[in-house]
Amino acid sequence: MSRGVETSVIDKRAEDLAPEHLRFDGGPPPEFPRDPFGRGEGGRGQAGVSNARLGMLIFLGAEAMFFAGLIGAFLVFRFGSATWPPPGQPYLPVGVTGVNTVILVFSAYTMGRALRAIRRGDRQGLVRGLLVTALLGTIFLGVQGYEWIRLVHFGFTLSSGTYGATFYTLIGVHGLHVFGAVLWLLVVLAGARAHRFSATRHVALTLCGMYWYFVVALWPLLFTLIYLS
Amino acid sequence: MMSESAGVQAAHAAHAHHEELGFLRTYVFSTDHKMIGRQFLFLGLLMLVVGGLLAMMMRWQLGWPETPVPGMSWAPEPYMFEGIIPPQTYNMLFTMHATIMIFFAVMPIMIGCFGNFLIPLMIGARDMAFPFLNMLSFWTGAVAGVVMLAGFFVPGGHAASGWTAYAPLSASAIYTGVDWGQNLWNISLIIIGASSLMGSINYITTIINLRARGMTWFRLPLVIWSLFITAILLLLALPVLTAALAMLLADRMLGTHFFLPAGGGEPLLWQHLFWYFGHPEVYVLVLPAMGVTSDVLSTFSRKPIFGYRAMAMSMISIGFLSWIVWGHHMFLSGMNPALGTAFMMSTMVIAVPSAIKTFNWLGTLWGGSIRLTTPMLNGLAFVSIFVIGGLSGVFMASTPVDIFIHDTYFIVAHFHYVVAGIVFGLFAAVTYWFPKMFGRMMNETLGKIHFVLTFIFFNLTFFPMHFLGVAGHMRRIWNPLQYEFLQPLQGMNQFISVSAFLLGLSQILFLVNLCWSLFAGKKAEVNPWHANTLEWAAPSPPPHGNWGEHLPVVHHGPYEYSVPGVEEDYLPQTTPHALPVTAGH
Repeated sequence: MSRGVETSVIDKRAEDLAPEHLRFDGGPPPEFPRDPFGRGEGGRGQAGVSNARLGMLIFLGAEAMFFAGLIGAFLVFRFGSATWPPPGQPYLPVGVTGVNTVILVFSAYTMGRALRAIRRGDRQGLVRGLLVTALLGTIFLGVQGYEWIRLVHFGFTLSSGTYGATFYTLIGVHGLHVFGAVLWLLVVLAGARAHRFSATRHVALTLCGMYWYFVVALWPLLFTLIYLS
Repeated sequence: MMSESAGVQAAHAAHAHHEELGFLRTYVFSTDHKMIGRQFLFLGLLMLVVGGLLAMMMRWQLGWPETPVPGMSWAPEPYMFEGIIPPQTYNMLFTMHATIMIFFAVMPIMIGCFGNFLIPLMIGARDMAFPFLNMLSFWTGAVAGVVMLAGFFVPGGHAASGWTAYAPLSASAIYTGVDWGQNLWNISLIIIGASSLMGSINYITTIINLRARGMTWFRLPLVIWSLFITAILLLLALPVLTAALAMLLADRMLGTHFFLPAGGGEPLLWQHLFWYFGHPEVYVLVLPAMGVTSDVLSTFSRKPIFGYRAMAMSMISIGFLSWIVWGHHMFLSGMNPALGTAFMMSTMVIAVPSAIKTFNWLGTLWGGSIRLTTPMLNGLAFVSIFVIGGLSGVFMASTPVDIFIHDTYFIVAHFHYVVAGIVFGLFAAVTYWFPKMFGRMMNETLGKIHFVLTFIFFNLTFFPMHFLGVAGHMRRIWNPLQYEFLQPLQGMNQFISVSAFLLGLSQILFLVNLCWSLFAGKKAEVNPWHANTLEWAAPSPPPHGNWGEHLPVVHHGPYEYSVPGVEEDYLPQTTPHALPVTAGH
């Protein structure tokens, strides 16, 4: 009984499921199926996306989920309360932060210029682009810090209800990200001045650029949610 | 760049190479995926013992409440009073039992150990895509383990708000009296989140980019599929927990009120964020065990896995569905009942891919030449235990039934059948790949005795909990005798406790077998189980760089057993002469 079943299963596999043109007995090995990646050889450049870029993309996915958790918490409080800001709490400085937003968004453009420069092999353009980007990032952080000091002087702190808690957590965590990105930029800048990058070899630059774009792209979303909503 | 140097290194003999690196680089700060896998294994086993001992103490308190735990009279005062467990300590015990088992035992072994060891070997790579990040992942995890254990020794004791750390209980020291214990618990989980993130980045990149020639997606062994999906779930779920933990820590230490109603906070928000992570986490734990079982069942039935593509697709759909069911943990939390119904429906849909997997396992066994080796027995046990856990899950998912049985021992029985049942997948994996990891065979007789005892006592421990739960026995209570209606059930509580002690004692056999086989086991051949997957084409244990001079080339799927016209009853993926039938057809 069970023997019969076994034979029929295997016969089916051999006859129906392996079409004639796929059968292979000896001779040269068959053609490998097409696969966008999977070229093997230890990933030495044959893959569609290089290991470093892929790893960075995956990391940014996790970062996005981290912010999604914090933003989710903010949305619960923001749309769960009748008045926002709650009575007695200050309005946030929309004007100054709006200008600051433009500064940060512009830094993505200068970052792009720097990356395009190194792809042409233009090292001076690279150094100039990175320098301007780092400067814009620092200005952004400086303005944010100044605003924080004014808000704290007003008496607006982490313990000022959920309004203060969500504001300082979200903006603070983003600020830390920008701070980390600026530090990374400075490391890369030092490398650029020491002529470590060329038109063909600049993985570290590409990764730093991806991270910078992420940090910049996040800000308009946070600005809209926290300052404008 | 790393893989190139690995290729050059592989040209050297493995031995000479190890001597070149020295002790520290070989055994402690190794970047070799196999050594990191072994490190995760031993870390996980150590924590498995710790977590198990915590459970034993709980069972003593439940079986013989407020009597001195034998051999524990030395324990200092605030923790125990001449061996008697006070309520505060009992809360700490169940909190830390779950936390340690989930984050420091099952995850390091199933994902850390087998993910690291198997992925490069089974896809035909020399190492992970980022070997240094891999080492960092292990040591970050080890630091998290030390921080977690340190919590036992701070004033006030360790976290005592359950592994789910429900706010506001966990959000302020005034409720539990635990101050730094809960803080360290938070910090440790944030650190291990970073460790898992590094692991996930490595696993996903490696599986996408480093597959050998001919190793297409549908020629991957199912255990690799399971680890790939697990890594994606971890990647997207853990950061949400990290965000929630950061907010909880801010509530405790910085004076915010995210989860404290007194300051306008929202305790339900914690539950949503926690279970948004927590439910994918359940599948993070169980998917690798499913993958292992698929490989073991096919190998020891000497038959192709039944429905390869359906197996891979059902794992993908389980992974997807796990994102939209978290609310079934919160039916009675005060959440909108309409939302509860939606979560009930989405939860029940998970039964479909789970059933596909179960029936495909049965289909694999059907008509096979079954070999009841230790890994096979454990794999079969995993399937049967998973079926019971899956079925009791349908009860829990149904809102009307859940009103009656939630937070009783029924849920304790259910999640132990699902999550503690993973130990059978774990034993299957350890006994199956031990020859490849350490170059020696484990003792089969000892392994089978261990399996039989574990299987019996596992069921004697956890099955009666269903009855306790239906009878109304609440979970997480310190002394059941305080409740009149539970007093007649005390006999069953004692029965469960005795079974649990015997279950614990049976594990000594496994540890003895493991330690003895490490040094005195029979030398393993290259392919002792006559399996097809790539790792069995490498020497046992594989040298640094795995493959010698040439990377393997893959010609067909991983489950070509008993192929007509082939002399042996197996056909390694590297052997070209055969019908190139793609797996799953």
